[in-house]
Amino acid sequence: MATKSTLAFEPGWQYDPAPESTDHVSLRDSYGLFIDGEFTPAASGKTFETINPATQAPIANVAQAGSEDVDRAVAAARKAYDTVWSKMKPAERGKYVFRIARAIAERAREFAVVESMDGGKPIRESRDIDIPLASAHFFYYAGWADKLDYAFPGVSPKSLGVAGQVIPWNFPLLMAAWKLAPALAAGNTVVLKPAETTPLTALKLAELIADVGLPPGVVNIVTGAGDTGANLVRHPDLDKFAFTGSTAVGRDIMRTLAGTGTPYTLELGGKAANIVLEDAALDQAVEGIVNGIFFNQGHVCCAGSRLLVSEAVAEPLLERLRARIDTLIVGDPLDKNTDIGAINSEAQLARINEYIDIGRAEGADVWQGGSEAPKSGYYCRPTLITDVAQSNRVVQEEIFGPVLTVQTFRTFDEAREKANNTPYGLSGGVWTDKGSRIFKMTGALRAGVVWANTFNKFDPTSPFGGYKESGMGREGGLHGLGAYLDLGMGAGA
Amino acid sequence: MRATEPRIPDLARVTPVDTVGVEERVARFRSRSIKAASKVAGLRLTLSMIDLTTLEGADTPGKVRQLCAKAQHLHERMPDLPTVAAVCVYPTMVSVARDALGDSGIEVASVATAFPSGQAPLSVKLDDTRMAVEAGAAEIDMVIARGAFLAGDYDTVFDEIIAVKAACGDAHLKVILETGELGSLDRVRQASMLAMAAGADFIKTSTGKIQPAATMPVTLTMLHAIRDHYLETGLQVGMKPAGGISNAKLALHYLVMLNETLGAQWMTPRWFRFGASSLANDVLMQLEKQATGRYQSPDYFSKD
Repeated sequence: MATKSTLAFEPGWQYDPAPESTDHVSLRDSYGLFIDGEFTPAASGKTFETINPATQAPIANVAQAGSEDVDRAVAAARKAYDTVWSKMKPAERGKYVFRIARAIAERAREFAVVESMDGGKPIRESRDIDIPLASAHFFYYAGWADKLDYAFPGVSPKSLGVAGQVIPWNFPLLMAAWKLAPALAAGNTVVLKPAETTPLTALKLAELIADVGLPPGVVNIVTGAGDTGANLVRHPDLDKFAFTGSTAVGRDIMRTLAGTGTPYTLELGGKAANIVLEDAALDQAVEGIVNGIFFNQGHVCCAGSRLLVSEAVAEPLLERLRARIDTLIVGDPLDKNTDIGAINSEAQLARINEYIDIGRAEGADVWQGGSEAPKSGYYCRPTLITDVAQSNRVVQEEIFGPVLTVQTFRTFDEAREKANNTPYGLSGGVWTDKGSRIFKMTGALRAGVVWANTFNKFDPTSPFGGYKESGMGREGGLHGLGAYLDLGMGAGA
Repeated sequence: MRATEPRIPDLARVTPVDTVGVEERVARFRSRSIKAASKVAGLRLTLSMIDLTTLEGADTPGKVRQLCAKAQHLHERMPDLPTVAAVCVYPTMVSVARDALGDSGIEVASVATAFPSGQAPLSVKLDDTRMAVEAGAAEIDMVIARGAFLAGDYDTVFDEIIAVKAACGDAHLKVILETGELGSLDRVRQASMLAMAAGADFIKTSTGKIQPAATMPVTLTMLHAIRDHYLETGLQVGMKPAGGISNAKLALHYLVMLNETLGAQWMTPRWFRFGASSLANDVLMQLEKQATGRYQSPDYFSKD
């Protein structure tokens, strides 16, 4: 009876492919820059390819904006602000934002497929999370457009002017929504730069924005890589800048904008602790750990990438976690049963693998589970790194992939100290069956977003943002709206 | 045979259950898309796991014989179908079912222990059990004493299960928790651990007489308990959700849940059963659809 029993998930009942159909998707071979309500080529004529990371096949050619193009986009946004958008009645402005929200919901299926093709995320997530949340953000902020005086009573809030916005590749349409919705509802016009590996849903959004009749120049979308973003952040005619991406780029932006008086918000990296106390509902904690780190292949700034588990339950928890991970399906992002899709780019895959090698070199135990990954395309199986300490690089640095480090602790205070012992402070999680310990731990974590008995839950009404090197300012909720308004206490405060 | 005497588990140490998390996990199982050959395999497996059930005050030998005919001839137009696992009846109908099923390989299961309320003295429950076994039941579906469980008298519940298990002899014992009366998933998990420690061969959700009967969150909680028991003791225990699983799609979702919670070892009628009366025909209808590309009218499927 002392023999160790284990569960076996192979050869189990294997699910046949269940591919999402793609015949309803309309994609052009090439996309220009969306400036002043029209698609136009870059002044230089330069383009770049965006590829499907699951197949490595090119999907479309996209214009590469240079400084002239960025100038033109900012000028279009300025003109639209001065002549149309700032003069429009707030209730009318709100109607436009509502129309964008509705149109995204109506075209959700197409957006979901394009998001998964261009970025590699599983269709289950783009269909159930990214696209519905993007629409929800526009709905939420649309409602505030004519109620700004009630949102911020007594301060006569005013729009700022032209906002420059740079977004990352992990949630392409959702990040565009987080940026555009509050900016537009508050009465600003926008120049948005999507990430170079995932420009397509932003360009489809540009088509949608044209279709719903938003006045030309209110939203401009310039595609390109880091240079394009640098041109945008350095542009002298911006009244507001917002960035989501890496801490390294965030530092550059702070240097650039220091002393200019331009208000800015930054959503940067993270290395969140997910803390399991000994009285936690272990099976649901396992699920939360999985959702915390393997959601979107771990390409999530608020991912729960550090598991801190009480020594009292570490062994049973890890046994159950490994069994759960073994049921995860790694594969075609467009298959409805895929749990873990493709890594966003070759460069990101190389970076993740480098960290896994660093972990091994540091003497850690590296375990990979889930189904076998497809032979071609960029994939990384879900990975657990155990036998690590605060001193290991894999524990300290953001990996941005499906890699979870596991550490144990003995006491509540040790857990709190380890959780906070990081330059980051974006998010955190705590798992316990005891309400009082939820309040004690969540109050002690120096992180902008803390979840209790769940992880990676997002809502337009909830502010989101970081402490320390995880960023400045908040997006979402009233905090996110205030960041696009002059509240009379210093712009954007 | 157990190497040691059963010991009552400390229910205060049973892993807590978070209902919101369980429901999220269930939603994830339900988002699995089962197509083509894997669907046919799942449907056939479902048929083979059914305990075809009639538990009415109005049951007669004639009704039971007709149900046994259905069990042996699910849908003659489709050759090579598996049969159901068992026919489940009241103790008074066991001998009728036993005769009707002959050497078909289909087992007779009988509810016992003053089903469905369990509100009878232990001696009556044991007689009920022995009578069903003597009449030819190979499987006994007992109910736990929910009153005692809810009153915190776990010893009574535990000892009763041990006594009924002994009365079963070689018959397999399925222990019905009647989860619709237990009030929370924490209580479901505790009752599961108690039943397994007392020697249950299967744990079963419901009598079918109380709403809610089987649900996916309750079943997942019980599967987790089965897994804990297995990892701790090496002993495999079976699972039977009963009541309310009346269509093929839902049955496939239960199989997805089983497949991804306990894995390949449990994906057999030896370790998983559906207690159902109308599920079989819906599964047959889906199998016809897979084979012919068309849905047939319900009139083409026999109703017994």
